[in-house]
Amino acid sequence: MTRSPTPLFWLLFSAGGTLAAFLFPVHLLLFGLVFPLGWAEAPSHARLLEIVEHPLTRLGLFVFISLPLFHWAHRFRYTLYDGLMLKHLNTLIAVLCYGTAAAVSAVAGWTLLAVR
Amino acid sequence: MSAPARYTLHHPRWYRRRISVFWWLEKRSYVVFVLRELTSVFVALVSVLTLLQVRAILAGPEAHAAFVSGLGSPPAAILLLVALVALVYHSVTWFELAPRAMPVRLGGRRVPDALVAGANLAAWLAVSAVAAALVLGMTR
Repeated sequence: MTRSPTPLFWLLFSAGGTLAAFLFPVHLLLFGLVFPLGWAEAPSHARLLEIVEHPLTRLGLFVFISLPLFHWAHRFRYTLYDGLMLKHLNTLIAVLCYGTAAAVSAVAGWTLLAVR
Repeated sequence: MSAPARYTLHHPRWYRRRISVFWWLEKRSYVVFVLRELTSVFVALVSVLTLLQVRAILAGPEAHAAFVSGLGSPPAAILLLVALVALVYHSVTWFELAPRAMPVRLGGRRVPDALVAGANLAAWLAVSAVAAALVLGMTR
């Protein structure tokens, strides 16, 4: 019996979607708008570096970056599939979407493992 | 009596209406559906931005300052504002979807969808407030 990989991708999709739903808006509001536009005092670089260097933060950051990418891969795959009706390119689209998510996750993992 | 039966070599093609790639513009509910699906692009954007910010922090104070001032430039700020609207839309629709994808049962009865979605929304606001307080408190 061959097992379909779909349940795994669906699990990553829903876990990433939930993580993004709860934490991404506040994260983007602060680090994307409030601090760059100077609406509030930003944490110093030294403080941010100290936080990023902590092993637990690095593990958390990896999950924070990677899971939502797999949410995107799954959702975007089916948007192309249904929206642009590219059913004949299904395999190529799947490989490109999940492959991009895996590649960026690998860069994130490498970046976070290489600290110190 | 009747015309001799004619056989074709191939299976006949049924009539199928050709559907435009812009089929989702025909109805408001389709547009809303596609917009919801496209929020995932902004989710991926924020993931990538977070990775770039971590790399900038690790590269040193100057690299990080340049990265942050880049985010504050008008084109970037407009893009990020659009992204924030998309992310909030993702959150709200995700919480509405959750009780339908995963019905919650209590004492043999299905908890009303609106109650589950409402509880999720409240939890989201609470989590966001706590996270904001933690991050804003890091300056001290």
